[in-house]
Amino acid sequence: MPHTLDLRLGIDVGGTHTDAVVLDRDDQVVAKTKQPTSKDVTAGIRAAIAAVTAQPGVDPQRISHVMLGTTHATNAVLERRRLHSVAVLRVGAPSTLGAPPFLGWPEDLVRAVGGHAVVVEGGFEYDGREIVPFDAGTTRVFFESVRGLVDAVAISAVFSPMSAQHELAAADIAREVLGDEVVVSLSHEIGTLGLLPRENATVLNAALTRVAREVASALTTALAEHEIDASVLFAQNDGTLMGLEYAVRFPILTIGSGPANSIRGAAFLTGLTDALVADVGGTSTDFGMLVNGFPRESAASVDIGGVSTNFRMPDVLAIALGGGTVVHSNSDGVGIGPDSVGYRLPQEGLAFGGDTPTMSDAAVLGGRAAFGTTTVPDEHRPTLAAALAAADEMLADAVDRMKLGRGDTPLVVVGGGSVLIPESLEGVSRIHRPEHYDVANAIGAAIAQVSGRWDEVVSLSNGRAEAISAASAQATARAIHAGADPEFVEVVEIDEIPLAYLTEPVARISVKAVGPLGRQ
Amino acid sequence: MMIEATDVEALARGCAVLGTGGGGEVATDALIARQALRDFGPVRLVTLDDLPDDGILMPVGGIGAPSVGAEKLGSGQEVTYLRDAVEQALGAPVVALMASEIGGGNGLFPLAAAARTGLPVVDADAIGRAFPEVHMVSMNVAGLQPELIVVADERRNVVLLRPVDGRWAERLARAAAEVFGGAAAMADYVMTVGQARGAVIEGSVTRALQIGRAVDGAADPVAALVDVVGAIRLVEGKVVDVERHTAGGFVRGSIVVEGYGADAGRYVRVEVQNENLVALEDGTVLAIVPDLITLVDSQTADAIATERVRYGQRVVVIAFPSAPIWRTAAGIEIAGPRAFGYDIDFVPVEGSHAAHA
Repeated sequence: MPHTLDLRLGIDVGGTHTDAVVLDRDDQVVAKTKQPTSKDVTAGIRAAIAAVTAQPGVDPQRISHVMLGTTHATNAVLERRRLHSVAVLRVGAPSTLGAPPFLGWPEDLVRAVGGHAVVVEGGFEYDGREIVPFDAGTTRVFFESVRGLVDAVAISAVFSPMSAQHELAAADIAREVLGDEVVVSLSHEIGTLGLLPRENATVLNAALTRVAREVASALTTALAEHEIDASVLFAQNDGTLMGLEYAVRFPILTIGSGPANSIRGAAFLTGLTDALVADVGGTSTDFGMLVNGFPRESAASVDIGGVSTNFRMPDVLAIALGGGTVVHSNSDGVGIGPDSVGYRLPQEGLAFGGDTPTMSDAAVLGGRAAFGTTTVPDEHRPTLAAALAAADEMLADAVDRMKLGRGDTPLVVVGGGSVLIPESLEGVSRIHRPEHYDVANAIGAAIAQVSGRWDEVVSLSNGRAEAISAASAQATARAIHAGADPEFVEVVEIDEIPLAYLTEPVARISVKAVGPLGRQ
Repeated sequence: MMIEATDVEALARGCAVLGTGGGGEVATDALIARQALRDFGPVRLVTLDDLPDDGILMPVGGIGAPSVGAEKLGSGQEVTYLRDAVEQALGAPVVALMASEIGGGNGLFPLAAAARTGLPVVDADAIGRAFPEVHMVSMNVAGLQPELIVVADERRNVVLLRPVDGRWAERLARAAAEVFGGAAAMADYVMTVGQARGAVIEGSVTRALQIGRAVDGAADPVAALVDVVGAIRLVEGKVVDVERHTAGGFVRGSIVVEGYGADAGRYVRVEVQNENLVALEDGTVLAIVPDLITLVDSQTADAIATERVRYGQRVVVIAFPSAPIWRTAAGIEIAGPRAFGYDIDFVPVEGSHAAHA
């Protein structure tokens, strides 16, 4: 008898814990687990899969989709490990020769990706005219010179978000010279306007395809071991999902998926579409803003491993306040963190008989939590009470920084350290503490929707509405291609940025469309 | 004095503050300048007194849309095309470069150009801040006619302009930049060192450097900034409204800051046309162009460019006096409130603040 495919497995790899949840067709939590994150990340994922599939009610063969949110890519960049050697080709001479590739990169990261780069003639103007013709000859010579030295290729071109023609022509030559198996990342598929940050992201993306393939293969193997035959999706930085095949091509999009998952998980668990979310961990609390059902994106460009990219990431405010945060007393009074006992809380916290005063001990004393193995010694009471009051001020301050406008906002509290948050906070209308708050990230991955984005510079002289509707159609098509159900895809975001100092009305229009997973 | 690669960060910080929200983002120009100083060596910073009176001074900068400049980063060679054209037209060598405007990314433009050409940079500029149009320069206020303007692109297209006045200089140079693809390099108001005396704003580069150095590592960066530029704090608060649109090829809009702490209950609105032009509270002017109004991060004192302002940011709005030449009748006519469409008389920031407080 064929199995009913009615379960989904969501996995989230965090700094301390790897969480997994199994949800049924009605999005109810059937099973959940928290495992320590292993050094290689992959072992932690395997342990989480093993633990959650061993629970009652979980028939691995009923799992239709597996959603993974992982820090593999982030770690690879930060640690400069397991990165591909990349051939960097920019089609942008002479108009960009003053600012060559790798400008502003940390030297060790340049070395880690091989440092092979060239700028050849070509590129476009904002209106789609060629600046100069594309130099195919020099492009071929460059790729021939790096044969055997690189595993991946990153190609950028001036105004490629306007016209991708030169990038595509260069990609054809790369495959011809280096073979079809070489990984080719094209900047117009990765970033928006701003050549340097877009090129940087493209180079990092190409370098990360190695680790992306490794994690994809490790996950596929682990799933096969548990007889799970499911579609695999990866969480990305905007809180939506992409297919495995897409994630292997665009691993850089997985960076920042953790906060996005916790914000989406919090939305799901409370049913709210607009709220502030606090993810309280062992060493920090991350505040994010849920707007219209999705994480608010940061306005500033994002640095990854010391490299500036124009990546959209969830706008997160992290404060050094978590369950394991150490409370110091000194001549000025009380100090909070930033150090934390982290996962050693059950050994070192006062409430567990240890001798390090932590914020968890303060929460216990303040009546916000009831755990531990012993009572907290009296001499710590004044310090811990003061610490709790100071922590509440830090939290209220963070709330004020994150929220929009003057009104009070609801706050959803998730994560293992949630008990630190008081019953009320200034600027907060109501505090929500949903069930399963401890695995909100994995739930966020499991319930996420599939997205498509379109970003281009257009002339508005033929009408603004027409330009926006054309861009919306493109974004919708991309979402459907990524696996979204065509019937339910909708445009969730339209961003229009007018370009200054031009006499023609020209704007950059960016559209995002999102839909639930299509039924198999 | 020499400017080295290690000075770029401080200079960039200062240029951003003097950019009053506009003048283009400094980050990319800073990267380019730092790299050029590393590759070609440090640049000599000189005063007008170090140069021969009949020597030719070439003010340089970028003209066009910053968003185009973020794609077409420049070949680095544009300055040599400009210089060759100027020397050919005037039959005399260029003795030094100068920033057309110290505010924003253009304040860093001469560094890479000077490093490549080996020319010194004059410690001066033509604005003392950032302004959107070519005729809004101190030489115009001083009554100097724009005898020669050169616009060049990376392909080596070069256009020589002989405009009859500053307004034609703006119109013609803008049109050339547009044809080149929306951005170009420009040598504007090419003049002799003798002509530059009293017609340029001296000390601009060292001022930007001082701003950067004062703020960097200060215990209270905002206090250090206020102190070094002689600013008045208009309000400290949170951005609660941002409105932006384009009109006539320029970004216009307004930003509302709601005060907190000692400023709780106050609302200050900043009107923007590429740069921050007017700060108002309850219909009263707190500061107005040509005086400088800058939004800075309340913690780091980093200037926030107009396109980066967003809801919820915590900022201090500071205002400080413009160069004296802008406060003359001619200066007010060229770049005072009415030049930007505000039917308001100019009131010096120290005066309007005293009246308000």
